[in-house]
Amino acid sequence: MSEIKKIKNLKEFSTSADRFEGANLLCPGCAHSIIVREVLNATNDDLILSASTGCLEVCTAVYPYTSWDASWIHIGFENGSTAVAGAESMYKALKTKGRLKQPDRNPKFVSFAGDGASYDIGFQWISGCMERGHNMMHVVLDNEVYANTGGQRSSSTPIGSSTTTAPAGRVSYGEQKNKKDMVAIMAAHGIPYSAQVAPNKWKDMVKKIQHGMEVEGPVFINAISPCTTEWKFDPKDTMHITDLATDSLVFPLYEIIDGHELNITYRPKDIVPVEEYMAAQGRFKHLFKDEYKYLIKEWQERVDAKWAYLNRREEARV
Amino acid sequence: MAKTGWDEFEIGAMLRTFDGKIDDIAGTIQENRAYSQNSSFSASVSDWRIEKPIFSKDFCIDCQFCWIYCPDISIISRDKKMIGIDMDHCKGCGICVEVCPTNPKSLLMFPEQADEEAELAKWPAKQAKEK
Ligand SMILES: Cc1ncc(C[n+]2csc(CCOP(=O)(O)OP(=O)(O)O)c2C)c(N)n1
Ligand code: SF4
Ligand code: SF4
Ligand code: SF4
Ligand SMILES: [Mg+2]
Repeated sequence: MSEIKKIKNLKEFSTSADRFEGANLLCPGCAHSIIVREVLNATNDDLILSASTGCLEVCTAVYPYTSWDASWIHIGFENGSTAVAGAESMYKALKTKGRLKQPDRNPKFVSFAGDGASYDIGFQWISGCMERGHNMMHVVLDNEVYANTGGQRSSSTPIGSSTTTAPAGRVSYGEQKNKKDMVAIMAAHGIPYSAQVAPNKWKDMVKKIQHGMEVEGPVFINAISPCTTEWKFDPKDTMHITDLATDSLVFPLYEIIDGHELNITYRPKDIVPVEEYMAAQGRFKHLFKDEYKYLIKEWQERVDAKWAYLNRREEARV
Repeated sequence: MAKTGWDEFEIGAMLRTFDGKIDDIAGTIQENRAYSQNSSFSASVSDWRIEKPIFSKDFCIDCQFCWIYCPDISIISRDKKMIGIDMDHCKGCGICVEVCPTNPKSLLMFPEQADEEAELAKWPAKQAKEK
């Protein structure tokens, strides 16, 4: 235990014994569980986990069932991160006092939460965890909407997306505000590691999760989680949509070390137009009307500008 | 052993994932774990499916794409080989079929009532590349 699990290739990875179980109630094709599996399977160490209220929590802890083969706690919407932080503090205290029964085990503390629970309602709690320096990882399952309660907009919802509280219709093209840059905000806490990951790039994901678990101090991970129900695409296409997200650079993959040193970790060989990413999802369907096409152009410009910015950051090493 | 109904547990009772103790869960494959009736592993979602995947091993290259991208832990891979589908937990999403790279595909979707043997007997042949 406690040495980094060797995962050279996918065949080797497939010998993992999952600690997340089926017959949970997540929708067919839900990316939340693909992400959770990749995170949990990145280590063989013990796991102390939490989930904030949201699809993942609601669907994996349906009384009298659990889908988790690990210590797992749920309290509320806002405080999954602090629940894990509390467990981590207790663990540290017991270790210092020499009261751990198996002090050689090296558990990993991970909290999972949706974008609603992270970008909005649990924001202050996560910020506290990062600032206090807990040895934990917070993973956002970022489906850019409050999926569990029927698709309300969050501060992660991108411009033009139709949601139930920002619906597209005669007077509106849907969400009017741009997605909040949560990775930058978390990195600004000066934490040792923050990163964006996507389940299609499993190797990049495993590398980042393993690094995050080894590093001393708080880690923030933002994982794109395409939602078949709210993004309105066929469940079989979850990985295709994820590919379009990473390859159009709508969701760039990068890491920030010690709050400043930025590395781009994936450069698509063929960059896909943002339009293609949007066309594959019902939540953007209305933008293809003539009157709203300028929004697609603006999206492309924003994505290009962000990519140029990330490249400048990487080059400058600041 | 008869299952305890969801409303028959004593209030405040501790429900455990496993019957008995497992010291190293990550080192114990599913068939060697004694799941309790309170693990969702013991439940089934097979009645969610309208379509089901069928696996033909003749063309499979054991790339494990289906294993990593199946959201429902329903691709059974052992010793680096894909050996089958867990039909109690498969929800019929079709992701495994989409990501399977072989020609012809080693996984295909069929209506839930399709006969596996019959479908395997008439599995499509290799397709010429469209240019
Ligand atoms: C304090 C509080 N406010 C609101 C709710 C209702 N609620 C439960 S789940 C949920 C949406 C969760 O959205 P998100 O965090 O993005 O997770 P997702 O379901 O999208 O994975 C809401 C609003 C709640 N449980 N607690
Ligand atoms: S609504 Fe979206 S996030 Fe929630 S379970 Fe369904 S696919 Fe997953
Ligand atoms: S159809 Fe979906 S749930 Fe079933 S094995 Fe394939 S990927 Fe897994
Ligand atoms: S994706 Fe296809 S080829 Fe790869 S292991 Fe699965 S069935 Fe075999
Ligand atoms: Mg969400």
